[in-house]
Amino acid sequence: MKKVYSRIESITGNVITVRAEDVQYGELAQVSTRFGVSLAEVIRLADDEVSLQVFAGGRGISTGDEVRFLGHPMQVSFTDSLMGRIFNGAGEPRDKGPELSENLIPIGGPSVNPANRIIPREMIRTGIPMIDLFNTLVKSQKLPIFSVSGEPYNQLLARIAMQAEVDLIILGGMGLKYDDYLFFKDTLEQGGALSKTIMFVHTASDPVVECLMVPDISLAVAERFALKGRNVLVLLTDMTNFSDAMKEIAITQEQVPSNRGYPGDLYSQLAARYEKAVDFSDAGSITILAVTTMPGDDVTHPVPDNTGYITEGQFYLKNGRIEPFGSLSRLKQQVNGKTRPDHRAIMDGMIKLYASYKDTLEKKAMGFQMSSWDAKLLKYGELFEQEMMDLSVNIPLEGALDKGWEILASCFDPQETGLRTELAEKYWPKARA
Amino acid sequence: MTKTNGSVTGVNGNMVTVRVEGAVSMNEVAYIETRGKRLKSEVIRIRGDLVQVQVFEMTKGIRVGDPVAFTGEMLAVELGPGLLGQIYDGLQNPLPEVAAKVGHFLEPGVYLEALPRDRAWAFTPAAKPGDKVRAADLLGTVPEGAFTHRIMVPFGFLGTYTVKSVAPAGSYKVTDRVAELQGEDGTVHPVTLMFQWPVKRAVTCYAERLKPVEPMVTHVRLIDTFFPVAKGGTYCIPGPFGAGKTVLQQITSRHADVDIVIVAACGERAGEVVETLKEFPELLDPHTGRSLMERTIIVCNTSSMPVASREASVYTAVTMAEYYRQMGLDVLLLADSTSRWAQAMREMSGRLEEIPGEEAFPAYLESVIASFYERAGIVRLADGNTGSVTIGGTVSPAGGNFEEPVTQATLKVVGAFHGLSRERSDARKYPAIHPLESWSKYSGILSAEAVRYAHAVLARGAEVGQMMKVVGEEGTSLDDYVVYLKSEYLDAVYIQQNSFDPVDAAVSPERQKSVFSMVIGVLGTAFRFKDKDEARDWFYKLRQGFLDLNGSEWKSDRFAQVEKGLRTLIGERKTGLDPKAARILETLEK
Repeated sequence: MKKVYSRIESITGNVITVRAEDVQYGELAQVSTRFGVSLAEVIRLADDEVSLQVFAGGRGISTGDEVRFLGHPMQVSFTDSLMGRIFNGAGEPRDKGPELSENLIPIGGPSVNPANRIIPREMIRTGIPMIDLFNTLVKSQKLPIFSVSGEPYNQLLARIAMQAEVDLIILGGMGLKYDDYLFFKDTLEQGGALSKTIMFVHTASDPVVECLMVPDISLAVAERFALKGRNVLVLLTDMTNFSDAMKEIAITQEQVPSNRGYPGDLYSQLAARYEKAVDFSDAGSITILAVTTMPGDDVTHPVPDNTGYITEGQFYLKNGRIEPFGSLSRLKQQVNGKTRPDHRAIMDGMIKLYASYKDTLEKKAMGFQMSSWDAKLLKYGELFEQEMMDLSVNIPLEGALDKGWEILASCFDPQETGLRTELAEKYWPKARA
Repeated sequence: MTKTNGSVTGVNGNMVTVRVEGAVSMNEVAYIETRGKRLKSEVIRIRGDLVQVQVFEMTKGIRVGDPVAFTGEMLAVELGPGLLGQIYDGLQNPLPEVAAKVGHFLEPGVYLEALPRDRAWAFTPAAKPGDKVRAADLLGTVPEGAFTHRIMVPFGFLGTYTVKSVAPAGSYKVTDRVAELQGEDGTVHPVTLMFQWPVKRAVTCYAERLKPVEPMVTHVRLIDTFFPVAKGGTYCIPGPFGAGKTVLQQITSRHADVDIVIVAACGERAGEVVETLKEFPELLDPHTGRSLMERTIIVCNTSSMPVASREASVYTAVTMAEYYRQMGLDVLLLADSTSRWAQAMREMSGRLEEIPGEEAFPAYLESVIASFYERAGIVRLADGNTGSVTIGGTVSPAGGNFEEPVTQATLKVVGAFHGLSRERSDARKYPAIHPLESWSKYSGILSAEAVRYAHAVLARGAEVGQMMKVVGEEGTSLDDYVVYLKSEYLDAVYIQQNSFDPVDAAVSPERQKSVFSMVIGVLGTAFRFKDKDEARDWFYKLRQGFLDLNGSEWKSDRFAQVEKGLRTLIGERKTGLDPKAARILETLEK
């Protein structure tokens, strides 16, 4: 039986210190306050002085409250009964279901040996043409959605969760508005995807320390399922809230800030999470899709900036659409040569024409005369935005490719598209020609 | 000297405080024993009997009171035959062997021998009993891949030694004794095929350091012609994310004209290392015809691996580079990215509660970066041969802003600056090295005057381009417009290079010289045009022709045919040649 300590030496922000012996770095403790019991994690040892970060926050803790050390670091239960369940950042049920305590696994484990990684090779179909066709999501990829606040990024995540061809979805919510949490819950429930989903949700009103646990818990569970051969998609929203929680705690601990108040290890902390994305040669995989809101649409802000250096591309969500410019899937080349012979050609060709459309729009705005070619481009651009870019469009890749040819055929002659003749001969819709 | 012991008194992140009894030296290696594991760490501060160590592993689970054993040795790497083709982490653990032992994950506390102990090497003695030798002198050789690996007197042997015995030719393992050396004080030291050397000490066993003059050919036109790197020189590649830093490093690691390439993947994505890991064994080195992996060592401490060993990884890499330099070889060290290494220092400095400098980087950032790059160099060895270490480091500046401390500290010490630009990479102009902002202090494969001439056209063209944005094409004179077209042409056909094209990916110096003189010919020629449209159309045609040329095998019939077509095309419009360009062309053709 572990000793109980009943004298708290100091309380600063969310951090308390007690004098205790035989405590491990990273160990968990229970703090019993008059508001209930909260978990706390050891974040510093100095002789017999132990600093703990209290999950529920420091508010209301009395110097006479009890601290009981549990002898193990943060753990989460790993069983098949996790499926369909919803937990908070401390791993406690949020959905009135029973607490799970069997087969506990540690979180935040070591990194995968780079020598054991393999080159990514399979695409994940989402039914969203702007992803499947233009910036293909690849199994084991880590990809953020850069977005200004106010964009429908959570709607996009929910849709991907519903449609992505994976075995299991883990949703990690950080600083979610309560409405957004309910939105995810309802959407997944109605779509029938809840049974293959596990949610770890920290809402904006929950203690900030729990926010820090969400990615680690989600990824620890994902890792175990992947090792059992499942293909797991981890959705994290929003990593900027996670970074801000880190900032808040670093500052209260009097760490020297490096850039706009963020701690100096922001890059390593984010990388430790994103690098959990992996494809095991002899088991399943983890793919990470994470929302990063950009304060002020500024991609040089420390969070999106550091994220960009870590991830394999990004989706740029702007004006309710995934922007073709600025979005990039660095791994798409690994897979889009193997889908259909016209995939790459349609991808490049349609984007080039869309870029010309943008130029034409600019010319039009400046009052220049529109040629017949410009008129074609204007028609094309509108069709492209409506039938490809709109987030409500929901067609499989092959359908999107056919649709692409159709749009092209309704606006241009084959030789105007710059597409190779043999492809045009094969795919150009005959009825219209 | 007895080994010092201590016990843990505090833990803060990956920094552990230890109370010790006895002597401790700075940067000494200590092992923390916790839960049956031994975690490697390095002494980074000593205050009285309290010593602070940075732990090369996650510190979860360490308790106050855990025993700590000090080794008396600084952090060192093993040097000997068998390094080539290996994949190490920042502490020189062979990663494939670690995977074979503990599976998918990098479990803490697993340290394996860097050099294979069971492999036998064919040793040929070179020294004989009675010889007087000093550190780094030759004792014998073993063949390693395409190289003759020199077995040397360990670098730590100070003073003069007398060879007492040398093993006869035969098959030996790295730990077998191949010689005995007697010191001036009479003690006899056994020497094996391998020895250890502390990574943070530069190897200085050479006669003199020379000035780097000979170009290190990378087969990238923009680098070799405009911003060359010398053998034994240093260069840096700063750039925002997505500008192609890593791709440029990968291309260089494939095509660079050196004997050995050491890739230090320091704090970057694991996926990128995997590409190198899986592709290099399949690719052939054009010089030796052997697998590229046989001339490569990969040190990989990716972003999610422990931060302290990230800091060590660049030193591990440079020490191995210096070792092969001592054999008279040319070694290229590619460090990607030095910013992550600097950030590792920043994390540690924060934990030590040091007074922060700019952006919280420690005040000693500049001197540490400088002393790292200063380990590059070309040296004349005691036997008269020369060997070199060239260092190329990428920098990942926050927000792509080059004004930040790491970029600035690096620019002070390097000989060439290849700044990548977001605009160029967005416009898909690769390599995205900015031709007007970058610089090099080394001389390249072409005369400086010729390069300056082309560079001037480029700068002038950019000015015209800027002006045209304001006054429009109508407000630009035809002469200015032609200068603009010339600079665009130079950019498209010479500065940009298609790394996916089998021919264009690597361009030999000979070919660069020949094509560059053709380009100078165009830049220096006055042409006759009716109006801007005609000029533009003609230059588009010229550009297309040159791109065809770039895609044709050097000295093939097709190359000759395209070249002939281009010369006719130029001849049709030519009205004269700038005398300066004519003079340059004369010297180029010599």
